[in-house]
Amino acid sequence: MKIVVPVKRVVDANVKVRLRSDGSGVDTDNVKMAMNPFDEIAMEEAARLKEAGLASEIVAVSIGPDTCQEVLRAALAMGADRALLIQAEAELEPLTIAKLLRAIVAREQPQLVICGKQSTDGDANQTGQMLAGLLGWPQATFASKLEIAAGSATVTREIDGGLEVVAVTLPAVVTTDLRLNSPRYTTLPNIMKAKKKPLDKVTVGELGVEIRPRLATLRLAEPPVRSAGVMVADVAELLAKLKNEAKVI
Amino acid sequence: MSNYVAPVRDMLFVMNELAGLAEVGALPGWEDAGAELAEAVLDEAGRFAGEVIAPLNVVGDREGSRLVEGRVVVPTGFAEAYRQFVEAGWGGISSPAEFGGQGLPQLLAKPVTEMWKSASLAFSLCPMLTQGALEALLHHGTPEQQNAYLAKLVSGEWTGTMNLTEPQAGSDLSAVRSKAMPEGDHYRIFGSKIFITWGEHDITDNIVHLVLARLPDAPEGVKGISLFVVPKYLLNPDGTLGARNDVQCVSLEHKLGIHASPTAVLAFGESQGAIGYLVGEANHGLEYMFTMMNHARLAVGLEGVAISERAYQQARDYARERVQGRALGHEMAGPIIRHPDVRRMLLTMKSQTEAMRALAYVTAADMDQAARHPDPVERARYQARVDLLTPVVKGWCTETAQEVTSLGVQVHGGMGFIEETGASQHLRDARITTIYEGTTGIQANDLLGRKTVREQGKTLLALVEEMRTDAERVGALDDEAFRQLGAALEVGIKALETAARHLIDVAATDPRQAFAGAVPYLMLLGTVCGGWQMARAATAAQARIAAGESAAFYRAKIDTALFYAEHILPRALTHAHVVRHGARATLALDESAF
Repeated sequence: MKIVVPVKRVVDANVKVRLRSDGSGVDTDNVKMAMNPFDEIAMEEAARLKEAGLASEIVAVSIGPDTCQEVLRAALAMGADRALLIQAEAELEPLTIAKLLRAIVAREQPQLVICGKQSTDGDANQTGQMLAGLLGWPQATFASKLEIAAGSATVTREIDGGLEVVAVTLPAVVTTDLRLNSPRYTTLPNIMKAKKKPLDKVTVGELGVEIRPRLATLRLAEPPVRSAGVMVADVAELLAKLKNEAKVI
Repeated sequence: MSNYVAPVRDMLFVMNELAGLAEVGALPGWEDAGAELAEAVLDEAGRFAGEVIAPLNVVGDREGSRLVEGRVVVPTGFAEAYRQFVEAGWGGISSPAEFGGQGLPQLLAKPVTEMWKSASLAFSLCPMLTQGALEALLHHGTPEQQNAYLAKLVSGEWTGTMNLTEPQAGSDLSAVRSKAMPEGDHYRIFGSKIFITWGEHDITDNIVHLVLARLPDAPEGVKGISLFVVPKYLLNPDGTLGARNDVQCVSLEHKLGIHASPTAVLAFGESQGAIGYLVGEANHGLEYMFTMMNHARLAVGLEGVAISERAYQQARDYARERVQGRALGHEMAGPIIRHPDVRRMLLTMKSQTEAMRALAYVTAADMDQAARHPDPVERARYQARVDLLTPVVKGWCTETAQEVTSLGVQVHGGMGFIEETGASQHLRDARITTIYEGTTGIQANDLLGRKTVREQGKTLLALVEEMRTDAERVGALDDEAFRQLGAALEVGIKALETAARHLIDVAATDPRQAFAGAVPYLMLLGTVCGGWQMARAATAAQARIAAGESAAFYRAKIDTALFYAEHILPRALTHAHVVRHGARATLALDESAF
């Protein structure tokens, strides 16, 4: 079984993000970047399937400028066998990403695509679902447990108020939730080996996908700063304030 | 209690801009060791150090390693973290591929080492001592010894120790008394060793002790000491673990710092004698030890850098959070980082930490050049530079760490004196670094005697010339800040040169006078080298800004270099004064008047 794992380069989860001064976007100049944490979980799951003898090859895919090679190298160090960079300079929307991934799936013919359920920058939570829709494949999103047997995947999903277990026939798209696994620390020997694994590049044009944006981001703004609290003298004053100022009771 | 975030940005800057990572990557066999690999390695090591090791630092300090019914119990979490460390393969970063290592240059390995040491100095000593044992066997062991032990030491599955010190033989190892009696193809070792770092524990299946001892017919003094490998568990012919050897942990020391590191008193041969195997030739043990000790000295110098970094991060974070007092120019009470004197303390910490890091990494790169430069003349030139700077990195960085960690406590105010904040742990942990692997006094004597006077200052004066060229280049930039940097550096260099020439002259007629100034001379050289590296750093940062790169990190580098030039570099004049005029007063007081 071949697995495709899309990985996105995002601002490192430990960095406090700031907006550009003109509000046109997040300032990424000189900010530490890393693999989207949900994609790390997807990579780890793929690596575990391969270690368990259930997968034969893992292909990591990223879309973006050449700097995305660093997350692909990280994916190779985590256990991917080869990597593919779809070169794109523009900021892409989930539907475009899903179309590009569909083109990769057509080339690679995997049995399973494991995506992070969302990226920590866009937070769209759409790509995996759209990819499954475009491919006409079953999808199992927000996986907290994944079992593969006899051409199907049994996926435990975290839903409001409990767990749901679904079975999907392969090929399928699975998206990962936080509790699916804890990615291991990459070993030094694997970092070294990753340098020698193949990393190929394709252009958007070669994949025949049009990347015209459908959305325009007008403006981004920081959340309003919370004003300081006040100490009240007694319960009566608290009640009065809740009633008259906050008007919540 | 603080997080540790590895300063990957500054590390990469120093490696690329000051230490010549590209040049090291051009040396034969290190073609893969470029900027991209460095970043990947440092990122992952930083993550491991910050997430796995650093949280153990406080636990290790509080619990300490303890001897319970003859068994060494390490603090909670240490065994598991060490297991992960081995699994991730970090121990073998610079070891030869032949024995399972990655064979990376020192310039890549040392920043990673710095991270372990920042995360937990006590933890880091275990792989460090293993590295020492490994190198001893790698350079001097028989092929059989190498096959038996090296792969396990490289992976970290077994750890190593260095058994030098005995109660009467500390800095002066000529007084070693442990005995080695020949018996067939091996020896029986008898004696007592103290201060054995990670000398006993059960976080690995075996411990490989390297032990200095005397053969029955050995000459007196340093020329009669041999080196033996003494495994805790003997090996069966097939390499599996056999009988327990006759070496016991008698006690663990109660120490000022590095509580998690078990410092053992080991008794060899309490019953029939511990079985040991001679490493290299008889009576050459001390010489073998010294080849390793130069590496170890650089590593201990890095401990000064590492613990300064940790103390700085903690003090900076506290200064940003702690609200106390209305700073001048502010309406309301605010975080103490606004107070000018807190800024001064933080910059004293930051600027010296960055200067030390730069000198340590530049020296690591020089080691790589000395090992692999294709031209033997260049190799020799680099080796001489390494020999000169090793005692400086060891002595100056660890002495400066005393000041930096003390300031870390000071920034915390009264809370720094309270153990809960964790600021004082760095001060206590740092205290050993000026002592072990040769005290500052020993480093200074080595610097002055062997590395300066013996060769009439040849290597030193070449360094002075190189620094002077750089200072002129910095001062010639069309910018007031750089004129200032260049001028301050030239003053320091002049003071250094004058003091060094004075010492060389005086040593010829009155060595006692010269050696009275050895430590001030070491601190003088360190201080000026730090200023040199900071001026180079500022120049590189300026070039980046001019090339249109985003300015914050580079601007901070220039400002930090200016602080160093105005606050730290002037100390060179004091040190130089003491070197030139202080010896008489040091030697005048009659011994009975102390």
